[in-house]
Formats: sequence, structure tokens, C-alpha cells
Amino acid sequence: MDANKTARLKRRATNWALNIALFIAMAIICLPGLWIVLNSLRPTVEIMAKPPVWIPNQLSFDAYRDMFSGIGQGGIPVLQYFRNSMIIAVTSTVISLAIGMSGGYAFARYRFRFKGGWFLGLMLTRAVPGIALSLPLFFLYARVGLIDTHAGMILAYTALNVPFTIWLIDGFFRQVPKDLAEAAQIDGCTRWQAFWQVEFPLARPGIASAGIFAFLTSWNEFALASQLTRSTSSKTLPVGLLDYTAEFTIDWRGMCALAVVMIIPALLLTYAVQKHLVSGLTSGAIKG
Amino acid sequence: MATLSLSRLDKNYGSFHAVKGIDLDVADGEFVALVGPSGCGKSTTLRMIAGLEDITSGDIRIGDRVVNDLPPRDRNISMVFQSYALYPHMTVGENMGFTLKIAGRGKAEIAEAVAKAARVLEIEALLDRRPAQLSGGQRQRVAMGRAIVRDPDVFLFDEPLSNLDAKLRGQMRTEIKELHARLESTIVYVTHDQVEAMTLADRIVIMKDGRIEQVGSPDEVFNRPATQFVAGFIGSPPMNMADARVVGGNLRLSDEAELPLPPGVAAQDGQNVVLGLRPDDIYPQGHGIHTEGGDAVEPRDLTVKLSEPLGNETLLFVDFGGKGWTARMLNPRIVKRGEVLGFHMDLSRAHLFDAETGRSLRTE
Ligand SMILES: Nc1ncnc2c1ncn2[C@@H]1O[C@H](COP(=O)(O)OP(=O)(O)OP(=O)(O)O)[C@@H](O)[C@H]1O
Ligand SMILES: [Mg+2]
Repeated sequence: MDANKTARLKRRATNWALNIALFIAMAIICLPGLWIVLNSLRPTVEIMAKPPVWIPNQLSFDAYRDMFSGIGQGGIPVLQYFRNSMIIAVTSTVISLAIGMSGGYAFARYRFRFKGGWFLGLMLTRAVPGIALSLPLFFLYARVGLIDTHAGMILAYTALNVPFTIWLIDGFFRQVPKDLAEAAQIDGCTRWQAFWQVEFPLARPGIASAGIFAFLTSWNEFALASQLTRSTSSKTLPVGLLDYTAEFTIDWRGMCALAVVMIIPALLLTYAVQKHLVSGLTSGAIKG
Repeated sequence: MATLSLSRLDKNYGSFHAVKGIDLDVADGEFVALVGPSGCGKSTTLRMIAGLEDITSGDIRIGDRVVNDLPPRDRNISMVFQSYALYPHMTVGENMGFTLKIAGRGKAEIAEAVAKAARVLEIEALLDRRPAQLSGGQRQRVAMGRAIVRDPDVFLFDEPLSNLDAKLRGQMRTEIKELHARLESTIVYVTHDQVEAMTLADRIVIMKDGRIEQVGSPDEVFNRPATQFVAGFIGSPPMNMADARVVGGNLRLSDEAELPLPPGVAAQDGQNVVLGLRPDDIYPQGHGIHTEGGDAVEPRDLTVKLSEPLGNETLLFVDFGGKGWTARMLNPRIVKRGEVLGFHMDLSRAHLFDAETGRSLRTE
């Protein structure tokens, strides 16, 4: 057999092996998600069964129907929670992005005193576990009356997200050559126009990813929210999950159903934003 | 189009004095090249003219306006960057039309202006491509097209050709020259390539360490360099330079080598000087560039250490007065290493510089 043919076969075999390995890895990653969806559709007995039941005997949407059927009939104020989560996550994301863009741009473009120190300080705030902040925050919020308000949660999440958005967006602005903004100014732009016409579009992938991260952090956060919210007027979906725990029982099916309800908007958002996550936008600007 | 005038222009970066009091007047439609070694402040000067860099002190005038504190957009200049700085998210057409779009012009007008510039630069076929899909030379053209569309008072070029290979560079050089003839525009062109400066410019500004060494036409800076630095910078291969001392009306290069003092220079006895002689002015007898055999021609028999045949000419390397010299042989014949030839040194074309100040000692 000639060498070319062997090489070709070998390459094909490697490809297959890689694909299979990839499939297994993806299956492992996706399994918990699938399990949640599955569990939301079947009774607790089956969920708790040992050994686990892989193929469900019957599926029902009871959990979802109950969830929306109002307080007292096994329902929880899911729409209210959803609204709270949405308001808090969207607002804090928008604010984090605005601050992240300004801060990231400043770190990428300007020289100022203690720049390194500022940056390190920002990163250090991320080193503190969120739960360690909850008690001090609780006292502080109790004093100023921010407990159980949207504003309080928005503030907390914005503070949590800003270091990360600044860091991420800074990296993307760094990749946009400085010459471009200068060329734009010579072409007649103000500093502000140059930013929006040239630098912003080129850093968009970074801003989009920072947005996704900020949104998901706020959307999924539990530790702080469980301390700082207490009524339906501000409880978010992750905290709402706790409504399914009674003193001695946990309604696993209901919890899973609510988890699915939580996952869907996150998935939709990620899907909508991902088309902005293309790389290599800045190539071609300069002759390297 | 307009005149450009710099007076006592200064730039400090913190404690570093990058540009030290530059005076320059550029006439309407003139092509001025700024040359000098790396780090001498060429780009800084250009960027101050463009408004991309604040000026520390001095004045910049474009036409009859002082533009010191105006933002770039209000100076009516355009600039071609060394990196080209094309907008990667726009097509070639959009890149070129961007300035008009920002100025709020209509679609039809923009399209017409872009098409016209594209025709001049022969990039009509590329208008729908993105910069990433262009070759280096094409990007260079687009960058020039973008500058043309703006129809500015002054064009600024910062080493626009330095990213191109030698052949393309030669070709673009010709095109820039044609473009200048066609647009009759005022151009300030930064380069560290003296060939570019010589071939393109009406006047050349030679800078060193943030100062102007000399301003003059290509002919002036080549034939009458004001300083040793200019003499060494302009011309290729570079001028031969030899330390010497004026002793009894002669130049003593070393104990055993002396030459008569070149005509037309003012030097005192005992003065330390530097003799400069271009390779063109040392040649084997019968192989010179200029009319041979004037009064000031010094014949010397020298041994060829090395020869570099270039086809139409041959560079010969010889030792004289304890120093290596480059000589140029026209209508060359094959010269062997070690061969002894009768050389002519044309001292009427020699330069003499003060060893201390580096200033030319020529009086005419
Ligand atoms: N932003 C800056 N901060 C401090 N020093 C600077 C800055 N920009 C330039 N310089 C210094 O100013 C001097 C002149 O720089 P400039 O870029 O004008 O040189 P140049 O003549 O264009 O050189 P080249 O041929 O390498 O492009 C250099 O010594 C450089 O280090
Ligand atoms: Mg430069």
C-alpha cells in the first residue's frame, strides 16, 4: 500500500477518534442539564429512585402548570420573581457595561498615576468570596434601607461585575490599534465620534462577552440575593428555588421545573449575543 | 491647498526634549521631506502638525490660520500612517468615503468622490473588499485614497512606504511623485530613506536630535551639505570621511599621507578637520563620473582590497591614510583583489568640516 493512502486513512481515523472523544466530553457536560429537564417532567419518587431510572415511565407537565397556578395551590410567584430577576440582571448589566467600557478604555488608552495599583485593586475585589461580603453588606443595607429593594441588588451586582467587565474590555481595546482612532480624528471625527465609529465596533466582541458574563452572574447569583432579599418584591429566581423546600420535604420536581424556566432566558440571550463574538475583527488595520 | 509654517516649535515628553525649536516654511504646493535617523523627532513633528500631539511651545500656521490648539478635524489636513491605519470593519469604499460621511455629505457625492480617487489610484476593483483581504501595496493605495478624498490643505505622510518591499517601494515612489504633480498639493513627507527624500522632494529637511541640521533642495543638501552629519546622511554609498589636521597648507591624514587643502575652504593652520569625499570623486583614472583632470585632482596609486561589481559600476574599497575609502568606478572592467590602480581624488569636490562643530568650512 502506498504511503499516501496510509496517511489519508490515518488522518481519517484520527478525525473520527477526536469526534468521538468530543462527543463524550460534551455529553458529560450536558448531562446535568438534561437531567434537570428530565426531572422536571416526572414524579419525585422516580427522581429519588435508586438505582436511577434513566428512561422515564411517564412524563407530565404538572410541575410547570402548578408553578404558574398561584399561591396556595403549590404555585409560587414565579412571574414576580422572573420580573425581579430581569430588572436586576438587565439594569446591573447595562451599568456594568457602561462602567466597564469607560474604565476598560481608560486603562487601555491613557496613562495615569497608580494605574497598576488601581488595576490590581480592582482585581483583588474579585478575590473576596461573595458570601464573605453578605454579612457586612446586610448591615450596611439595613442601615440605609436598601434591604429587599431592586436598587440594592443592582448596586451589589454592579459592584461585583465591574472589575471583571473592565478587565475584559480593557483587553479588547488594547487590540484596537491607536492609529485607528487618530486616523478617524484626522478624517473629521471628534474624539467621541472616533470612539463610537471606530473603536467601539472593533471592541464589540469583548463588550458582548462582558455583557453575557455580567448578565449570567447577576441572573444566577444566589448567596448575596438570599441574604439581601426577603419578599416577592425583590426576590430573584435563584432565591425563589428555596420556595420549594418545606421543613421536612423538598419538591425536587418543582425545583427542577423552575431551574428550567431560569435557564431558558440565559440560553436565549447567549444565543442572541454570540454572533457578536467573532474574533479577528481588527485584522487588516495595519500591515504587520 | 495652503502654506504651512512652523516657528520655534518645541515638544517635551516629560523631561525629554524631543523637538527643539523647529522653524520651517513650506510653500503652497511644495513637497517637503523630513529625513533623519530613527528617534530624531520626525514623527513627533508631523503629529504636532496633524494635531495628534500637543505642542509644548511655538506656533503652527496652516494658510493664514494659527492652528496650535485646534483638534485634527479642524486643521483640514490628511495623513497617511506608516501602519496605514485602515478601518478593518469597513470596506475599501467605506474607508475612503468615511471622511465625507462624517462631514455629512450625501451618498451620491461620496460615491462620486470615492470613485474618482479610486480611479486615480487604480483600485476601483477593490472597493468592496475589506482591508484584511488586501495585499500590503493595495492597503497602501487605499490609505492614500482615503487621504485624497478628503481634499486637504496639507498632506502628511509618515513613512508610507517603509512596510513595502524594495520593488513596490520604487513603484509607489513614482506614483506619489505623479500624484503630487497632478494634485499640486502641499506635502510633508517623513522618511528615513534618503533616496525617497532625494527623488520626491522639492526641499529636504534633515533632522538630528530634535533639531534641523539643514534645509535645502536635493541638489543643495547633496552638493553643499552644511554639516558633517548631513554629508554623511545624504548619498549612497555614504561619503568617505577622514580625520585630518591642517599643517602648512596641507591636510595631514596620517604621518605618511597628506593631501593639499581643497580649494574654496577656510581653515586655519593646526585646525582639526574632517575631510569628506564622495565615492564619486575617487575613481580609477578614466573611470570617473565628472569631467576628469581639473587642477585639484590628486593622483594616488592605491591597492584595491575588495571590489563589488554592480553591473553598471563597481565599488572599490581601498586604504589611504590609515582609513578605508570607497571609490566608484564607472564603465567598469574586472578588477582583481590586490590590484594597484592609479586613482584620482577630485579635491575640488571635497568637503571639509570642523572636527569640533561639524560645520562645513566651505566658503563658496
Ligand atoms: N509618547 C512619548 N513619550 C515619550 N517619548 C516619546 C514619545 N513619543 C516619542 N518619544 C520620543 O521622542 C523622540 C522622537 O520620536 P519620533 O517618533 O518623532 O522619532 P522619529 O524621528 O519618527 O523616528 P523613526 O524614524 O524611528 O520613526 C524619540 O526619542 C522617542 O523616544
Ligand atoms: Mg517615526
